[in-house]
Amino acid sequence: MEDLSLHILDVAENAINASASLITVEIEEREGEDLLVITICDNGKGMEPQALESALDPFYTTKEGKRIGLGLPFLAQAAREAGGDLEVRSAPGEGTEVRATFSLSHIDLKPLGDIAATLQTLMAGHPEVDFSFRYSGSDGEVVIDTRETGNGKA
Amino acid sequence: MSSTRERPEMAKLKIEDLKEIREKAARTRTLREGTGRARITVHMGTCGIAAGARKVMTALLEEVESRNLTDVIVTTSGCAGLCSREPMATVELLEQPPVKYADLDANRIVEILEKHVLGGEIVEAYSLGIGSERTH
Repeated sequence: MEDLSLHILDVAENAINASASLITVEIEEREGEDLLVITICDNGKGMEPQALESALDPFYTTKEGKRIGLGLPFLAQAAREAGGDLEVRSAPGEGTEVRATFSLSHIDLKPLGDIAATLQTLMAGHPEVDFSFRYSGSDGEVVIDTRETGNGKA
Repeated sequence: MSSTRERPEMAKLKIEDLKEIREKAARTRTLREGTGRARITVHMGTCGIAAGARKVMTALLEEVESRNLTDVIVTTSGCAGLCSREPMATVELLEQPPVKYADLDANRIVEILEKHVLGGEIVEAYSLGIGSERTH
């Protein structure tokens, strides 16, 4: 993956496949702590403990007929290469939270990339799902919520 | 040694980026209301995304929007199992079997929209086969 916006799209697509009706994406730049935090939460079906345990194993997937699942391992790798880490919390019926941290000053931190294109792909491609996006950084804050802008579920 | 000035500026969103995000999100309102005689599914698995599926999706959405095609549904799905042929998309016209296209890019998807979705003629140069896939 070239940039972080593509990783976000990938994890959010997982959430859609897990039947989520609400997906929240938060990007937080904490300059003082030299930290970039990306959190993707969904209210989908969640993971069984065994699936959760194997979620970062590239040779684990829940999909039938496939042997690899690279989405989360790729994001974990991107985080670790930039001085951060990845945590996944999930329980059946309670959705999933993926939290990736990065060191803002790390030379190997991938660019954020085209966040607008990621949001457009998700929002336009899945009108049945609500999306809530929040970005906060030194240049300001943006909050976009399909439940508030009226382009949520009918 | 690592002052904040040395870090890659692209890791930050600038004011114009935030503006673009707001504008693009607002424009999806119409796209989210579409009902249709045609459905185009861009395969957005990890393999598809890494191969450029989002560019295909963006080009398609912009074309659908600029032509005001309110009866064309554009959506995404997971990997269909042919990772090496990504980016891929499936075109379904009302009462016709789905057609799968492989090795796409922004120009090819627009050509498919014009010739197949609007013109009714399958673009054989990029088509892979006819039929449904299991996406997950």
